Amino acid sequence: MTITREVDVIPFRNRLKEYAVKVGMSLVNQTKIITAASELARNMLKYAGGGNAVIEVISKGRENGIKLIFIDKGPGIPDVKLAMKDGFSTGKSLGLGLPGTKRLVSEFDIQSEVGKGTTVTVIKWKNG
Amino acid sequence: MEKIPILRMGSLLLVTIQVDLYDRLAENLEADLVQTINKTGAKGVLIDISAVSIIDSFMGRIIGNIATMSKILDAETVVVGMQPAVAITLVELGLPLKGVLSALNVEKGIELLTRKIADDKEPEDADDGDSE
Ligand SMILES: Nc1ncnc2c1ncn2[C@@H]1O[C@H](COP(=O)(O)OP(=O)(O)OP(=O)(O)O)[C@@H](O)[C@H]1O
Ligand SMILES: [Mg+2]
Repeated sequence: MTITREVDVIPFRNRLKEYAVKVGMSLVNQTKIITAASELARNMLKYAGGGNAVIEVISKGRENGIKLIFIDKGPGIPDVKLAMKDGFSTGKSLGLGLPGTKRLVSEFDIQSEVGKGTTVTVIKWKNG
Repeated sequence: MEKIPILRMGSLLLVTIQVDLYDRLAENLEADLVQTINKTGAKGVLIDISAVSIIDSFMGRIIGNIATMSKILDAETVVVGMQPAVAITLVELGLPLKGVLSALNVEKGIELLTRKIADDKEPEDADDGDSE
C-alpha cells in the first residue's frame, strides 16, 4: 500500500487489523502491531515524504504471524543506532517511535542508507 | 471537514472521540479545545476515549498537549475509558501520559474533575486523591 498522506494511514491500519484478526491475534497483540505500524507509517510520512507499506502473513512451525515492511526512498538515517535511542529526534518530537516500535513487536530490523532511503521490517508473532 | 464536537456541561467540557483520529483532525481538536476553554472559562475537560482503539505517540502527544494547555488556562483534563489493550500498549511504547488524570468512565471522570475543581478553589485541602 502506498502511503503518501496522513489520511492513508487509517485504511492501512484497518487492513492490518483485518490481517491480525485473521491470524487470530489477541486484542492486545493486535493493538501493539497496529500502534507500531502507525509509528512507522508516520515516520515515513514525516521524514521521507511517504513510501510503501507491505503486509504479509507468515508462519514458522505452528506459529503464525504478521510481517510488515515499510520502504521509503527518503533521505535515510545517518546514525541508525542513535535514531533507535529513546528520546532521539530530529523532528522536535519525543523520539519514541523507533525504540517504542521495537518494544512492541517480536522482531525488528532497520536498514537505512543516506540519500537512498530506509526500510523497516517488523514481525509480530501471534503469541509473541 | 469532519470535526469533533465539544459539549459544554456547566463548567466542564466533554469531548467524545468516536473515530480513529488522523493527524489534522487531532490537531484541530487541540486548537478547538483551547479556544473553547478560553471562551467559556471552563474549569475541566473530559475526554472520552473508550471508542479509541489505537493511541500512538502522535495521539498521545496531542492528549498531553491538551492537558498542558488546559492547565495553563486553569482547567484540569481527565481522560476516561482507555481500553486495557491501549493502556498496555502505551506503557510498552514508553509513552507516559504525564500530567493527564484518568478515570474508568465518564461518571467517575466527572466526579474526579468536580473534586479537583473544588480542591483548587480551597488550596488548604491539600490531600487530593488523584488516582482511582
Ligand atoms: N523513514 C525515515 N527516514 C528518515 N529518517 C527517519 C525515518 N524514520 C525515523 N527517522 C529519524 O529517526 C529519528 C527517530 O525516529 P523516532 O520515530 O524514534 O522519533 P520521532 O519520529 O522523532 O519522534 P516520535 O516518533 O516520538 O514522534 C527521527 O527523528 C528521524 O530523524
Ligand atoms: Mg516517529
